[in-house]
Amino acid sequence: MSDRILGGLGLLLAVFFIWQATLIKESFISDPVGPKTFPIIIGVLVGLSSLAIFLKPDEEPEWPEFARLFEVGLTIAVMIAYAYALPTAGFVVSTAVAASYLSWRLGTPPVKAAIAGIVISVGIYVVFHLILGLSLARGPWGF
Amino acid sequence: MDTLNALADGFSIALTFQNLGLALIGCFLGTIIGALPGLGPSNGVAILIPLAFTLGLPATPALILLTSVYYGAMYGGRISSILLNIPGDEPALMTTLDGYPMAKKGMAGEALALSGIASFVGAFFATWGLVFLAPQLVKVALLFGPAEYFALFALAFATLGGIASRNQAKAALAAGLGLGIAMIGVDGQTGVPRFSFGEVHLYDGIDFLVAIVGLFALSEVFIFLEHRGTTKATGDASGIKLGRLMPPMSMLKQTAPTMARGTVLGFIAGVLPGAGASLGSFIAYSVEKRLVDKHNTFGTGDPRGVAAPEAGNNAAAGGALVPMLALGVPGSGTTAVLLAMLLALNITPGPLLFTNNPDVVWGLIAALFIGNIMLLVMNIPMVSLFVRVLLVPPRYLMPAVAMISFVGIYGISGSTFDLMVMVGFGVLGWLLRKLDVPLVPVILGVLLGNQMEANMRRAMTISDGDWSALVSSPLAIGLWAFAFFGFILPIIGGRFFRSKLPRADSEADPD
Repeated sequence: MSDRILGGLGLLLAVFFIWQATLIKESFISDPVGPKTFPIIIGVLVGLSSLAIFLKPDEEPEWPEFARLFEVGLTIAVMIAYAYALPTAGFVVSTAVAASYLSWRLGTPPVKAAIAGIVISVGIYVVFHLILGLSLARGPWGF
Repeated sequence: MDTLNALADGFSIALTFQNLGLALIGCFLGTIIGALPGLGPSNGVAILIPLAFTLGLPATPALILLTSVYYGAMYGGRISSILLNIPGDEPALMTTLDGYPMAKKGMAGEALALSGIASFVGAFFATWGLVFLAPQLVKVALLFGPAEYFALFALAFATLGGIASRNQAKAALAAGLGLGIAMIGVDGQTGVPRFSFGEVHLYDGIDFLVAIVGLFALSEVFIFLEHRGTTKATGDASGIKLGRLMPPMSMLKQTAPTMARGTVLGFIAGVLPGAGASLGSFIAYSVEKRLVDKHNTFGTGDPRGVAAPEAGNNAAAGGALVPMLALGVPGSGTTAVLLAMLLALNITPGPLLFTNNPDVVWGLIAALFIGNIMLLVMNIPMVSLFVRVLLVPPRYLMPAVAMISFVGIYGISGSTFDLMVMVGFGVLGWLLRKLDVPLVPVILGVLLGNQMEANMRRAMTISDGDWSALVSSPLAIGLWAFAFFGFILPIIGGRFFRSKLPRADSEADPD
């Protein structure tokens, strides 16, 4: 079933991709092939391979139970929040929070996870910023 | 003799204080990366690229650092294979078959030392192979025109799909996805934006470093999150005694022919585009088993079963550098990542690299020889140090990996948008791995898409729109024929290679 969904989505993607390719505006100078042809070839490739996957699916992969999927989703949300928090809260604070969360969800007891998060964050800050001179996100407190 | 002179010049470049230091750091980090389950050569190198890039290293030192990591990871993968029965990375999968039984018999130290020596032999002779084969390939490549390059790229995708994956349709889909992603952004020849939906951030296209770190490194974090608490994610090395760290001479004598065969087979597997180190170790092990396993001792801790795959995968690592440097077409996942770094540094690999930047090529090759000796020293007397690193549980390791990935990408662009795209690629990579869609063709597509299109259009411009120009030279026809058979034969031939591999690699790190 998973492979049939993959094949179906691939077909939709191929159709969308080819449609978008035909909408590309040509400029007044162009080579004989132009900017549309290669994307259309790719679209056909994606379409054909998706069709093959749809018609001849492999055995079903082992999907995790719903709770785990939800957890993966939550982690994705935390990562997105982290990306937004970086410029406002600064590197050390946001990284400590995100790393603690990840460590906790991977099975560390909460207090230890918080310590691990702080150690990871400060460790990266010291090695990459103070020693190697990489510029990291600056927050309101300058770190 | 030109080659040897060039190599001597290479040594004078590599033997600076900075480059030696970088090689040492690279070998050390690489061994750790290889040894830790969940971090392998391709995602290890992927995380380090943005860092090497933002630190402002010039091309040669950056390449020395990262290829040392690559070679080191090939050495390191065996450590957890032998001690924990968990391959540290995919190429080390075959080493578990005899390495772990040896460790259970109390011969862990011998197994580690023997595999270290086998790794050295494989990597050392493969580097010599690189020295002599790459310049020959460059001579051939100088005859290539745009049509031939277009065919060569097609060949790389075809063999990648045909030989190295279980389902050709999925490999083709992966290649299409990668190529499609490469199309995003302003068209280099006419200046019109494509697939950017009016989003200014997309006009420059998707940065391939963002895609690589997301697909390889972040997806690993999701895999671990999913398998939390199961034995897949953790191992226990505390119960195993290392024992003596030197194999007896008789064992070395017994395994010497095995190492020689493994090296040759591995090197050939590495040179083939798209095959890579996993195939090298697999072929080396299975051929050796067929040749010398008279008493059915393979799989029960036969030293030859440890030496063969280790010589094979290290030789393949060297072999995979040949097409990457000489043609600009990588032979495996990790060399694709190395290609990404060269492109990020504005160096285009291929025949011109050898004439325009001989210092980069030969400095790198010399550094590989030096790194190899460092690795041998690190991996035999100091192996217990790395064994201790293995005891770091993934629940501390993976958050650090994720955060370093973010640091690297943020360091390049300082843009939240790129981080979003990276998280998106992480999710995509996780889903594709679950569905057994290989990631290497995706990366190859993202990396080579624009060049592939440019070569096609250049060939068309020369012929003024005549499509038969793509198959007008014998060289191009030969490449297309190879591509065709490389893709089709494995479908007919019952997927001779991969079907025999244990079904573990969909969730393991690709080499």
